[in-house]
Amino acid sequence: MAERVGVYVCHCGSNIAGVVDVEAVARWAEANLEGVVVARDYKFMCSSLGQELVKEDIEKEGLTRVVVAACSPHLHEKTFRRACAAGGLNPYYFQMASIREQVSWVTEDRAQATQKAKMLIAGAVQRVLHHQALEPSQVPVNEHTMIVGAGIAGIQAALELADAGHPVYLVEREPSIGGHMAQFDKTFPTLDCAACILTPKMSDVDAHDNIKLLSYSEVEEVSGFIGNFHVRLRKKARYVDEDTCTGCGICIEKCPKKVVDEVFEAGLGYRKAIYRPFPQAVPKYPVIDTESCIYFERGTCKACEKFCPTGAIDFEQQDSMMELDVGNIVLATGFRLFDCTRIPQYGYGRLANVFTSLEFERMGNAAGPTGGRIVLRDGVTEPKSVAIVHCVGSRDSRHHPYCSAVCCMAALKFGHLVLERTQAEVYSFYIDIRTPQKGYEEFYDRLQEEGMHFVRGRVAEITDAARSPGEEGKLIVQVEDTLIGRQRRVPVDMVILMGAMEPRLDAKEVAVRFGISCSMDGWFIERHPKLDPVATMTDGVFIAGTCQGPKDIPGSVAQGAAAAARVQGMISRGTVLIEPVVASIDESKCSGCRICNDLCPFNAIDYLEQEGVSRIQTALCKGCGTCVAACPSGAITGAHFNDEQIMAEIEGLLYDVLHTNGAQAPAEEPAPA
Amino acid sequence: MSDETFEPRIVGFLCNWCSYRAADLAGTARIHYAPNVRIIRTMCTGRVDPTFVLKALALGADGVMIAGCHPGECHYLEQNFKALRRYQMLKHTLRALGIEEKRLRLQWASAAEGAQLAAAISEMTETVRRLGPLNWRDNWDEGDRYEQAIESLAREHAEALEVPA
Repeated sequence: MAERVGVYVCHCGSNIAGVVDVEAVARWAEANLEGVVVARDYKFMCSSLGQELVKEDIEKEGLTRVVVAACSPHLHEKTFRRACAAGGLNPYYFQMASIREQVSWVTEDRAQATQKAKMLIAGAVQRVLHHQALEPSQVPVNEHTMIVGAGIAGIQAALELADAGHPVYLVEREPSIGGHMAQFDKTFPTLDCAACILTPKMSDVDAHDNIKLLSYSEVEEVSGFIGNFHVRLRKKARYVDEDTCTGCGICIEKCPKKVVDEVFEAGLGYRKAIYRPFPQAVPKYPVIDTESCIYFERGTCKACEKFCPTGAIDFEQQDSMMELDVGNIVLATGFRLFDCTRIPQYGYGRLANVFTSLEFERMGNAAGPTGGRIVLRDGVTEPKSVAIVHCVGSRDSRHHPYCSAVCCMAALKFGHLVLERTQAEVYSFYIDIRTPQKGYEEFYDRLQEEGMHFVRGRVAEITDAARSPGEEGKLIVQVEDTLIGRQRRVPVDMVILMGAMEPRLDAKEVAVRFGISCSMDGWFIERHPKLDPVATMTDGVFIAGTCQGPKDIPGSVAQGAAAAARVQGMISRGTVLIEPVVASIDESKCSGCRICNDLCPFNAIDYLEQEGVSRIQTALCKGCGTCVAACPSGAITGAHFNDEQIMAEIEGLLYDVLHTNGAQAPAEEPAPA
Repeated sequence: MSDETFEPRIVGFLCNWCSYRAADLAGTARIHYAPNVRIIRTMCTGRVDPTFVLKALALGADGVMIAGCHPGECHYLEQNFKALRRYQMLKHTLRALGIEEKRLRLQWASAAEGAQLAAAISEMTETVRRLGPLNWRDNWDEGDRYEQAIESLAREHAEALEVPA
C-alpha cells in the first residue's frame, strides 16, 4: 500500500513566515513530493489547534506518515509524536524538518530560504516513507540506590533518599565519610563551624536503618542499565574487624608509630599507623596503614592487637569483593586541590611559609594540628603579615581557564580568621572578587571594614630574595597593582595560595566506568547545563557536588538533594521507558567477525561463541549507531536511523539536483511578504 | 554556469547532542550564515557510514560536512574518534578518486558553539564555491569511478578495522 504523507508547514507567527514563503512551500510539497496527499501551512503548529489538525487529517485523510516543518525537533518532536499517537498513528511514523533554527532564523534571502526549506522537507518526506513503527520498552527499577562519594553532596543525597524510605548504599573510598568539608573549620559567609553542622549528618548516616555505609571501598565495575545496574566493589582491608571493634581507640593510643598525615591534615599534622582520620570519623573503626605499620614492615610489634579489649585487630584480613544490584547511581566524587608546586614562582614546597588553602584550613581548625593557632611553619611564631593569593591555577590559560568559584569567599574567610586570631595585617591579591550568592557581598563588605587590604593584580612571584633591609627574612610578594598602575613588593611572613578546585585525578577513568562523559577539564558533564544539571547522558546515573564543577557547600547540598529527588522519581514510578532507538543484529547476516564488539563503549554487544554470531543487549545499547556504520556485512540495523532512512533523506535533500539534471533550479519569485 | 552564481549544495551530518544543538543555538541567536548546508541529524558522528558521504557526493552534493562533539566530549564516550578515523580514511579515498579533499570537512562544535558552527559552514561554503561544482553525478556514469570508489572504500574500511579500537 502506498503511504499517505501529510506535510505541515508552520508559520511560527512571523518567525518562519517572515522569511520563508510557507504557502509556496506547502503547495510545492503537495504537487511534487511522492506520497504527499495533504500539505498545509498553519500559524502555530504546536498550538492545540495545530496538533488537532494533524490528528484530524490522520483520521479523515487516512495519513500513514506525518512531516511537520517547524522548529528544531529538540523543541517539539515529542509534541507532534503525541499528536500522531492521539490520531492513532505510531509516533515514530513522524519526522520533523527544522526550518526555523536552520532556515528562517539564519538566512535573510527569502528565495534561498524558501528553497532550503523545500529541500529540508523533501528530505523529511523521503525519510519518513521508510520509517518503521517502534515501541519503547519498559523495564522495572530496583529500589536500591548506590551513592559514590560521601562528602557533603553524597551525604545529603543519601539522607534524602533514606528518609524517604528507600535503601541506599553509600560508598566512600577513604576510611571515613565527610569529604573535604570535614577538614574545614568555619564555613563562609556565616562562619558556622563546619564540624558542628556536618558531624550530626555523619552520625545520621551511621545510624540510619536505610543506609548501608561501605567506607574504605571502591567501585571496580559497573554493568547493566537504568533500573538494573550491577556493581562490583572492593572493600579494602582495614585489618580491623568491624563486627567486634567498639571504636574505643586504645589501639591508636598504644601504636608506637607516628607518621605525617598527608591526607586529612594536609601534611601539617601527624597520625598513628593505626588511625582514624579525625575523632568524629564515621564509621568509628580505625584502619591500619600497611605502608607505615611496624608489623607489616618488620613482622613484629602487634601492640594494637595486644591491647585491643575485643580482639578486633586482624592482620590476616584481605580485601573483599562485594556485588550490589541497584536501580540508580549518584556520583558525588568531589574535587582535588590544584597542586601548587606546578607554579614554581609561587615557591610552594620551596619556601617554608607558603601554605596551600587546604593547609590553612587545617591550621585554622580548632581540632587541627595547631589547635587553631595561626603560626608559621615552625609551629610557634605568629605571623605579623599574611598574603592571600587568589586564582592559583584558575583563570589562568596555562592551567585552568575556569573560575574556581569558591576561593574568593574562602580567602575572605581566611582573612577574617587571621584578623580575629592574630595582630597581623592581611593582604588579598585578587583579579576580581567574586561574591555572587546570598550574604556573600555583605561578607566582603565586612572584611573591608575589618581592615583586610585588597590589592588588585595577579601575583608575579613570591620570593625570599630581599632587596632592602625591610625585606630581610620576609617573603616578598611581587605584584602589579593594576589600580594604581605600579609594580609593588609587599613583604609578608606568611603566604596562602588559593589553589583551584580540580577534577579528581581519576575522574576520566571513573567517567568511563560509569559510562558518562567528562568535559575537557575533566568535570563530569550534566545532561543539560541549565535544565538538567544533575542527570547525565547515561540514564540512571546522576552527578552531584564538585565532581560536576567547582561549587561551594550550599551548591553541593542542593545538587545532592536534587539528585535524590530525581532518583525518587524513578523509584516511585517503578518502571522506565527505554527509547527504541537501538541497534540490532540480523543473525542470519552476521559473519561473527566481532568488529562491532570492540567498537561499543557500553559493552552492549556480546559474542555468542556457540552460534558464532554477535548479539546486542538492547537495554545496554544507547543507539549511537557506530556499530551500524562499521558492520562489513550490513547485518546491524540502527532503529530509526537505518541505512535506508538516511540514504532516502540524502536523496530528498538533493531533490533539486536530482530533478533538474544537475542544473541549478531557478529561484522562484518570492511572494510579497 | 558562472562562478558568481554557483551556490554549492552541501550535506551536513550533525550529531544529535553537540553539533545539531549548536545549529539550534545559531538559530536562536539569529547568527546568519550561508544557507548551503542541508542538515541530517544522526545520533552520533560515529553513525556516519562513509558510504553516506560518497552517496551524497555521488547524488550531486558539492561537499559534505560532518560535525560532532569535541574529542573527549562525545556523549557516547569516544565514538567521535571513530568518526575521525573514518574521516581520515575518506579523505584518502577522495584523493585517490581525484576529488578535492576540501569538499569533506570534519568540524567539532559543542552545543555552546553556535557561532563557531555557523562560521565553519560559511567558510566551507566559500571554499566549495571556489572549487566549483563537483558534478560527480553527471560524470561517474561515464567512467567506473563510482564503482572504484565503493571498492576502494570497502577495502580501506576493512583495513582500517583491522586495527583494534
